[in-house]
Amino acid sequence: MRFRERIYVFLTALAVLIVVGLLFYILFDIVRNGIGVISWEFISQPPREGMTKGGIFPALYGTLFRTLLMLIFVVPIGVFTAVYLNEYGNGKRFSKWIRLAINNLASIPSIVFGLFGLGFFVLFLRFGAGLLSASLTVGLLTLPLVVVSTEEALRAVPNSYREAGFALGATKWQVIRLIVLPQALPGILTGAILSIGRGMGEVAPLLFTGVAYYLPYLPSSIFDQFMDLGYHIYIMTTQSFDVELTRPIQYGSTLVLLTLTFSLNIIAILIRSKMRKRRLG
Amino acid sequence: MGNNLKIKISVKNLSIYYGSFLALKDITLDIPEKSITAVIGPSGCGKSTFLRALNRMNELLPDVKTVGEVLLDGQNIYSPDVDLVALRRKVGMVFQKPNPFPKSIFENVAFGLRIQGIKDREKIEEIVELSLRRAALWDEVKNKLNRSALELSGGQQQRLCIARVLAVQPEVILMDEPASALDPIATLRIEDLMRELREEFTIVIVTHNMQQAARVSDFTAFFLTDENRTGMLIEYGNTSEIFTMPKDPRTEGYITGRYG
Repeated sequence: MRFRERIYVFLTALAVLIVVGLLFYILFDIVRNGIGVISWEFISQPPREGMTKGGIFPALYGTLFRTLLMLIFVVPIGVFTAVYLNEYGNGKRFSKWIRLAINNLASIPSIVFGLFGLGFFVLFLRFGAGLLSASLTVGLLTLPLVVVSTEEALRAVPNSYREAGFALGATKWQVIRLIVLPQALPGILTGAILSIGRGMGEVAPLLFTGVAYYLPYLPSSIFDQFMDLGYHIYIMTTQSFDVELTRPIQYGSTLVLLTLTFSLNIIAILIRSKMRKRRLG
Repeated sequence: MGNNLKIKISVKNLSIYYGSFLALKDITLDIPEKSITAVIGPSGCGKSTFLRALNRMNELLPDVKTVGEVLLDGQNIYSPDVDLVALRRKVGMVFQKPNPFPKSIFENVAFGLRIQGIKDREKIEEIVELSLRRAALWDEVKNKLNRSALELSGGQQQRLCIARVLAVQPEVILMDEPASALDPIATLRIEDLMRELREEFTIVIVTHNMQQAARVSDFTAFFLTDENRTGMLIEYGNTSEIFTMPKDPRTEGYITGRYG
């Protein structure tokens, strides 16, 4: 009995070791090879000499731009969907169907979103291949994150607050706007940040919706094509005429992208823990 | 019951269903103006359901059906043209567990005014102070109006909730076991407060504490469940009579502590 118990402890610990070990190995490899490349020039300059030299500024710019644009669509739609599900339609069969649809949305492969984006935003709505179509396509993919975390935050608001509001003669919308949403704000922020982190690293949805291999200029409107960090890494490792030559740039770009998404996740975690503390205190 | 009293709320044949479960059966009683009416009875006898029928709070739960009439100043609050917002401003409610909003003390009391669209800062300050004074809380909080209401003690929080209701200037105040989560001293303060408020408001209080009902109320309604766990009104009358010479043996049994 004792012996068997030990085997299970060993097995579970081994699994943890594999997970953490892999993570640290990847991080270590990227940081070791990428750190030397990072400089102000690398961040602020466009690529030069057939993208074997220079920096990644247009790709960084494109990624940040499309992520911001995505947020503008995803946060209001996601939050309002969650408000509907949790405050207006709670318990109704219709809401159950919407929830099911949202969960399914989250499990669709991202390349399928890319194809949908091409068919719907680029061609059908005639937005063309550009920042807008790409942002909307990635937005579809991150929408479930915002909806689910907002719903969680709304559910955590005690019902007694809502009752108190109604008993004072507040309308449903007043209760939501003045009591429920302010309480749920940290949770909503967490969802928004997680969706940024997720959306930033996506490449597949961009492939047919506006990302460019190389552009000599920065996009000036939301219908322009753009460069993107994740895609930049992808083409450097697969399409570059000399993969070895561009390897430092690949590592550098990866390090920048990882730093961005990691720091966003950490911010989300900090907000969440602060929110928990406040709820207890 | 005294015929010289003006009736504020008249409940006629009120029955309430949760789904197909009959929670409250055929309640008929008149609640006089500017008095305290206590609703007593064992747990699960429908006291709170009855109370929440008086400002239509039951409707926040899904699948609740209300049959019968509740007349407030002669108007049936269940008629389809009734404005729920206006009704709840007239009939305020204090809950079992103090539930101040996680906002400042000031904003808690000002909430009911803000949702009415009142913007005049001076007027709001005036009403907030007046309401806190009437709820016997002003002296304790006047120097920390901008602090979070959650920093107050349980008893203070409950008085803040009462102030919050008073600010809306209701006519009726419903109290759902307002002192059950409080210590004895805080409880007595709430009871004192109720006696003062009685001068101006019609108060209906649900309590499982019979001494409390005997101490503060003018009228007492005794509820009990039948074998189907349906709540019904057993006896209603002057508190002194209910407690000294109840007409129904079940009332006597409950009051003398034989069950409940």
